Amino acid sequence: MSTGIGARVKRKEDKRFITGKGKYTDDVRSENQAYAAFVRSPHAHAKIKGIDKSAALAMEGVIDVLDGHQLTGDGIGNIICGWAITSKDGSAMNMGAWSALATEKVRYVGDAAAVVIAETQALARIAAEAVEVDYEVLPAVSNAKKALADGAPEIHDNAPGNLIYDWEIGEEAATDAALSEAAHVTEMEITNNRLSPNPMEPRSAVATYDAAEEHYTLYTTSQNPHVARLVLSAFYQVAPEHKLRVIAPDVGGGFGSKIYIYPEEITCLWASMKTNRSVKWTSDRSEAFITDAHGRDHISTAKMGFDADGRITGFKVDTIANFGAYMSLFSSAVPTYLYATLLSGQYDIQNIHCNVRAVYTNTVPVDAYRGAGRPEACYLIERMMETAAREMGKDPSELRRANFVREFPHQTPVIMAYDAGDFDANLDQAREAADVAGFPARKEEAAKRGKLRGLGYSSYIEACGIAPSAAVGSLGAGVGLWESAEVRVNPVGTIEILTGSHSHGQGHETTFAQIVAERFSIPIENVSIVHGDTDKVQFGMGTYGSRSGAVGMSAIVKAMDKVEAKVRKIAAHVLEASEDDIVIEGGEVKVKGTDKAMGWHEVGLSAYTAHNLPPDMEPGLKESAFYDPANFTFPAGAYICEVEVDPETGVTEIVRFTASDDFGTIINPMIVEGQVHGGIAQGIGQAMLEQVVYDDDGQLITGSYMDYTMPRAADLPFYDVHHASTICPNNPLGMKGCGEAGAIGSPPAVINAITDAIGSNTLAMPATPHAVWSALQAAQ
Amino acid sequence: MSKIHVTTKVNGDEVEYLCEPRETLLDCLRDHLDLTGAKEGCGTGDCGACSVTMDGRLVCSCLVLGAEAQGKEIATIEGMAEDGALHPLQRKFIEHAALQCGICTPGILVAAKSLLEKNPDPTETEMRYWLAGNLCRCTGYDKIIRAVMDAAAEMREAS
Repeated sequence: MSTGIGARVKRKEDKRFITGKGKYTDDVRSENQAYAAFVRSPHAHAKIKGIDKSAALAMEGVIDVLDGHQLTGDGIGNIICGWAITSKDGSAMNMGAWSALATEKVRYVGDAAAVVIAETQALARIAAEAVEVDYEVLPAVSNAKKALADGAPEIHDNAPGNLIYDWEIGEEAATDAALSEAAHVTEMEITNNRLSPNPMEPRSAVATYDAAEEHYTLYTTSQNPHVARLVLSAFYQVAPEHKLRVIAPDVGGGFGSKIYIYPEEITCLWASMKTNRSVKWTSDRSEAFITDAHGRDHISTAKMGFDADGRITGFKVDTIANFGAYMSLFSSAVPTYLYATLLSGQYDIQNIHCNVRAVYTNTVPVDAYRGAGRPEACYLIERMMETAAREMGKDPSELRRANFVREFPHQTPVIMAYDAGDFDANLDQAREAADVAGFPARKEEAAKRGKLRGLGYSSYIEACGIAPSAAVGSLGAGVGLWESAEVRVNPVGTIEILTGSHSHGQGHETTFAQIVAERFSIPIENVSIVHGDTDKVQFGMGTYGSRSGAVGMSAIVKAMDKVEAKVRKIAAHVLEASEDDIVIEGGEVKVKGTDKAMGWHEVGLSAYTAHNLPPDMEPGLKESAFYDPANFTFPAGAYICEVEVDPETGVTEIVRFTASDDFGTIINPMIVEGQVHGGIAQGIGQAMLEQVVYDDDGQLITGSYMDYTMPRAADLPFYDVHHASTICPNNPLGMKGCGEAGAIGSPPAVINAITDAIGSNTLAMPATPHAVWSALQAAQ
Repeated sequence: MSKIHVTTKVNGDEVEYLCEPRETLLDCLRDHLDLTGAKEGCGTGDCGACSVTMDGRLVCSCLVLGAEAQGKEIATIEGMAEDGALHPLQRKFIEHAALQCGICTPGILVAAKSLLEKNPDPTETEMRYWLAGNLCRCTGYDKIIRAVMDAAAEMREAS
């Protein structure tokens, strides 16, 4: 059975997971283990007037109670946002100071004012309750629009009016002109609901300081351990990079929320030095709701103009993005370069303008969550398209087709240059698989049962493979977004791949091994993947933005190119042939057209014995490479959702969900399907179930699974997933990325289906039974 | 406070541990018995990541006190494969790639096994409702349900 590109290879990592032998951060326990518990603000906004630690310190088993003045006094730096966005007036963004432990003020419920280090986790938590923080409560604001209003409480001194930046992209005058001349203008106000990522593994950190070596080790739940080490070292000054080892072992899902370096990891490292103990902290679920970066939370108004033939002439968007109380690591990029640059969708639109105001509120910081900006863009465009079609009396798929980009490369007016795609093919495939032709009959049949049946489309495009380093550098990114890989061929021919990508559910141990086994014609069992440890892998930018295939695997391919070049030289020398005649197949390195051959393992052995190498060749067989992508990649597709609504209750059932995706080359279809399924489930969650709710005083209402509705098995259907692919021309494997598409493409399909069923277009996410029922009542 | 001495059976083996009165069965399994397969996903019985069986009954071990295990029989993920042979559910989870990050998987396997012991031929709806107590954020449940269906079919044939 083939294990190469396109094969449904069973996941190599699964045996340890299905037997309970996965090793996650909370499963790590060090000698001399102490535990941290944070003293968190119950107020959304307050001055810290004093901290009385005496009662906690007097408790037996409490090792120390540490506060923000001690932390900053030891030179631990503020948490930063790593992407500089410039406002349209040329001014820099207003980044407020964020200390891992607050010193003067707390700015959201959950903001940490102190940390207790104790002998057990239970004791640390009890002692944290005994730390008395004297707060002077200040007025708070949780809604972004209200935070911008005159007289709103100001959260950071250097951000007047709570404005972080006021940014724009595109040509406003030309877009206004196009809208004023349009035959039809569709106008909508669209909210993208705030979500909590909720990986099922809560965040955790185990920090150990070795005083003799002045060296730190951090086990942590990270999607990018090298980025964590870089930031902890260069910006937070916890330790120099060569004195800090970061290990992200098995990580139980991330979805973006484990990209960032949070106050807790910084504090645990520093506290391990202060107390000379290994310090462990594991979030409980309530703590996750009030500390893990939230996602989305946009309020937008949009106008889309059409000519008489239904061609889009202009698209204008005004967005307010809620950033929460502090600027998280990549927060600034999400509603700008990951959002507004995708507002052309799959369509040829000549005039686009988008204005974005980023706003502080007294809520948990907001950053990238699965899709990061692209779901917000897709939701806006695809709700507008469906609504416009209804208003103009056109078939929604035909209106889309009237505007599809069909020639590539295609330069949009908002930076992105699409390199490949066939949007008609995806729409055709999805329509056929969803049996759109049979929908009227199904709708009629449902009506006989008293149910309202609706069908909704979404034609999404997104940008992955983040990203060409020079390009993102010119746009304000503080880092390059390449990836690195090392291929180590052992003397017996087995191979270790060291990658800077990090697998936390994506199946890299399988897919990465597939491309190596195929390239060198060796059994997949002879390939292992090493990742997640800064002492083993030299560097890496990690896994997010669906970049591990297009960028991470490309780095592996580049390193394999170098290995192959050396293998050819060795084999040509030993077999006395020309390098050009060497082929690698069937587990052997052969001279083409002859019976002269060496086993793959013999080449490895030759490289390490070095008894008979070409003159001047170094021994060994190990190569590394850094790959910097030439462009973003552009996964795209068409999703069709079909629902049935019970008009008596508003209860909505998804009866059919069909996807046609274009991910370019697919290495393992079984794994790709899983990625799409999970993305769609999160998208359905956003569309129908999930919503982070704050009251006006900044108290979190949805702080547990009793309040925040997670999608469960009984809420979701089977998904019908198909592929119609074009090859990405900008990376060696032709890959585009599949990790986020489902979460990007599905929410508008769901809402378009429900609004089709109930005949009302005023329905916000999440479309709970109450929301659907209310919209239905209002429409009748 | 004095600790409680507990003698219990875990995966068929007699074990004993000393626990504090407030410690959960999940804490005891993880911290005293080094059985870290069961995970804490919420601590409130809403996610099922800590699922084990106690005297054959499916429970969230985060909601059971360690002291309650006295004299009981506990089964965890670590005991699911017998003599190195994977349970049909475990094999089918690999065949269908019914897991991604793996953190919820032990709980889901324990819950699914419990379902099939009670009902060897569940409908899709029955499976979805039984497993509704187990949150998975990665898979969207599609491949999980298919793997459980497939395992159920195989187990029915074998019996």
